[in-house]
Amino acid sequence: MAEDKKIDPIAGVETTGHSWDGIQELDNPMPRWWLWVFYATIAFSVVYMVMYPSVPLGKTYFKGTENYEQRVDVANDIAAAKAANSEILGKIAAADLETILADKDLRDFSRAGGKAVFLDNCAGCHGSGATGGPGYPNLADDDWIWGGDLAAINETINHGIRWDLDDDTRLSEMPNFGADEILESSDINNVSEYVLSLSGQEHDATAATNGAVVFEEQCVACHGEGGVGDQGVGAPALADAIWLHGDGSKEFLTKQLTNARHGQMPAWDDRLDETTIKMLTIYVHTLGGGQ
Amino acid sequence: MGQANTLPTEKGRSNAGGPSKNGQKKSEKDINDNNPPALYEKRRRWHPKRVWGRFRQMKWAVLIALLGIYYIAPWIRWDRGADAANQAILVDFTEGRIYFFALEFWQQEFYYITGILILAALGLFLATALLGRVWCGFACPQTVWTDFFIWVERFIEGDRAARIRLDAAPWSTSKIAKRTLKHIIWLLIALVTGGAWIAYFVDAPTLVSDIANFTVSGNTLFFVGLFTATTYLLAGFAREQVCTYMCPWPRIQASMTDEDSLLVTYEVPRGEPRAKPSRDGNYDDRGHCIDCNNCVVVCPTGIDIRDGNQLECIGCGLCIDACDNVMDKIGLPRGLISYDSVNRMNARQHNEKPKHKIFRPRTVIYAVLMVAVAAIMGYVLSTRAHLDVNILRDRNPMFVLMKDGSIQNGYTFKILNKTREHREYVLTLDGLVGAGMKIAGDNAETDTLMLTSEPDSVRSYKLYVSAPKSVLNGRESTKVLFTLTETGARENQETAQYESVFVGPKKR
Repeated sequence: MAEDKKIDPIAGVETTGHSWDGIQELDNPMPRWWLWVFYATIAFSVVYMVMYPSVPLGKTYFKGTENYEQRVDVANDIAAAKAANSEILGKIAAADLETILADKDLRDFSRAGGKAVFLDNCAGCHGSGATGGPGYPNLADDDWIWGGDLAAINETINHGIRWDLDDDTRLSEMPNFGADEILESSDINNVSEYVLSLSGQEHDATAATNGAVVFEEQCVACHGEGGVGDQGVGAPALADAIWLHGDGSKEFLTKQLTNARHGQMPAWDDRLDETTIKMLTIYVHTLGGGQ
Repeated sequence: MGQANTLPTEKGRSNAGGPSKNGQKKSEKDINDNNPPALYEKRRRWHPKRVWGRFRQMKWAVLIALLGIYYIAPWIRWDRGADAANQAILVDFTEGRIYFFALEFWQQEFYYITGILILAALGLFLATALLGRVWCGFACPQTVWTDFFIWVERFIEGDRAARIRLDAAPWSTSKIAKRTLKHIIWLLIALVTGGAWIAYFVDAPTLVSDIANFTVSGNTLFFVGLFTATTYLLAGFAREQVCTYMCPWPRIQASMTDEDSLLVTYEVPRGEPRAKPSRDGNYDDRGHCIDCNNCVVVCPTGIDIRDGNQLECIGCGLCIDACDNVMDKIGLPRGLISYDSVNRMNARQHNEKPKHKIFRPRTVIYAVLMVAVAAIMGYVLSTRAHLDVNILRDRNPMFVLMKDGSIQNGYTFKILNKTREHREYVLTLDGLVGAGMKIAGDNAETDTLMLTSEPDSVRSYKLYVSAPKSVLNGRESTKVLFTLTETGARENQETAQYESVFVGPKKR
C-alpha cells in the first residue's frame, strides 16, 4: 500500500494509506515517553523475576530473593481471621445454648458460622437449604424425630443416629413386620389403612377400624396413642403432614411395615469441636422449626 | 520553533511561523525516497509566554477560588453529635458514609452521586454548546495546576525567552540551583495537593498530626504519595499533552459545538492577508494581523489559533488577551481574536448585524434536562426517609411444609436506621389472612412483632411467616405487604413499607 501513502495536506503528516469512505488515517509517530514507559515495564518484569517466584526448574522453581509464598499469605490471613474471631468464639464456648440464642450478637455470629459448617458437612444429605429429601429429614420444618429443642439438636449432632462408633448414639429400630412374619399381610393392610386415617387421608374405614386394634398391640409402644410419635425413641409422628421416607401413601406404608427403613447419621463430636457444634445447633434451631 | 516548516501551503497560512503540531514533518520527497517516518517522536518543549489581560485575570481569579476551596474545604468542621464525624465534607469508606454539611448519605444511597454526575455532565455539555471548552481553559484541575506550576517556573527561571535559553544552556551551578529549587517547590505543592485529597477521605486534623508524628498508616501514605506523584508529573511535565492525548473531551467536543457556539476564533477576513506592521499606520488594503506571533507564544498548548478551530485549543482566551494588547498598541480595534461564532462571523462578512443565539434547541434541551434532574434530586433529597426497609425472601427453601399442614416462608428483614437515636417499631403483615410471624429462635407466632434498631445502623432480623395452606387458595405466589410503624417516644416517627411475596406449593 506504500504507493497510496501521501502527505495529508491539512495535517502535514503522512497517511497510512488506509481509507474508509474517504476518511484517511494519519500515521503520527508515537510519543517518545510512551517508548520509555514500555522499557520501564520490561525493566519491571526483570526485577520482578529476580525478586519473586518465576522460573520453573524441573520439579521445583526459582523462589526469588524475597522468598515470597502465597501459602504463607493465606496462612497469615487465616490466623488473622481466627484472632479476630477469638473473642466472640470464646464467649460462645463459655455460654450455654439458651444464652447464645437470646444474645443478638452471639446468635447472629453462630447462625453465620453454623451455616458455613452446615454447608461443608451436612448439606450432602440434608441439602443446602436444609430441606432434606426422601430418607433425610427436613430441618427447616417443625416435625422433629429426635427432638427439636436446643439440647436435643445438640445431642443428635454430637452423637449421631444409629452410629456404631459412638457409644452414646441415638438407637431405635422398627421391626420388619412383614419380612419377619410378625404380622399377616391382611393385618399390614389394615394397619396401613389406620395410619392413613390418622393423617386424615382417604382410607377404607372398616380396614382402619381393624387396623386400630393391631396398631394398639404392635405400634403404640413407640409411635404413641393416635400415632403422635415419641421423640425419646425417634419414632416419627404418623398423624401429621410430613413423611420421612416417602409420601405417606398406602404403598409406602406397606413397604415400611414389611421392610422397615432406618436413617443413619454420623456422630460429629470427633470431627467438629464443641464451639462449632454449638454454632451448628443454633443454626439448625433457627432454620424455622426450632422448639 | 526553528523547525523548517515544510507544510504544503494552503489557505495562505503557511507563514504562521508557529510551532508545527509534529516535530518531524516529512516532505513528499522523503516518502518518494522511501525514508520511513520516525516511529517515535521526541516531546516538543513548550514554554508559554506571560500575558496580561481580561482572560488572564479571570483565569487567576478562578485559580485562586478553586485552589482555595480545594485546600480549605476539608478543614471546615460540622457538629453532628458525639459519635459522628465532625468534618463538613468527608467520604468515609470504612463506615460507608458520605457527609456533606447537613447531609449524610449511606452507601445504599450512592444513586445521589449518579444524579450529581449526570448534572455535572449536562452542565459540561451546556457550557460547551455555549462557550466551547471553557471548562478546559478555566476550571479543569489539569489547567489550574499546570497554570500554578508554570507560575512557579516563571518565578524561578524567568519568562519564555529565559526558559528557552536555560533549556539550551549547558549545566552550570546557577542552572542546577534553579532547576533544583523549581522541582522542590513543585514537589511541595504536589505533596500538599496529594495530602489535601486524602483529607477528604479521613479526618483532616488527624491526618496532619499523624503525618507530623510519623504514625500515619502505610495505606494513607501510599495514596498521599500516589497523588503527589501524579500531580507532579501531570502539572510539571505532561501539561498540555494530557489535554491533547489523554483526555477524551477534545474528541467529543466537536459534536458538542455548533455554528452559534462562542469559540476562540481568529477572524480570517479581517486579519488576512497578514503582513508586518504598516509603517504609516494605514491598514486599509491589507489584513489587520501584523504577524507578531504573540497569540502563538502565549498559548498554553502551543498552537496557532490562526489555523482555525482545532482539537488542541482549550478555549482559555489567552491569545485574545495577547492580540488585544497588540491591537491597542497599533491603534486598531480589539477583537481580531475573540470568542466568536461561525454565524456571527458570517453575518459580519455579509454586513449584517451579528446575532448571538443563546436559546437554541441543544442549549434549551440541556438546560431543561438539568433543571429536571436537579428538581428530581431536590425532591428526593427533601423527602428522604430516615427509615428504610429491605426484605430478602429465602429462595432455598422456597417454602417449608409444617407438620400441621401450614406453609412457612423465611425472610431476612433489614431495618436501616439513619437517625442517631435508638428506635422501636411494630411490624405488621397484610395480604395473608391468618398468617403468623416469628423471629428465628422464637417458639410462638404472633400477628405483629416488636422490633428495634440501634442508632445509625442496619439491624437484620431473620423472620418466619406461616399461613394455613387453605388461605393460599392454590396460588403459588401471594403478594404480601410488610409495614414497619415506629412506636415509642421519639419525635418525627416514620413508617416504611415493603412489598414481598409468600410462596406455596404448586397446585396439583
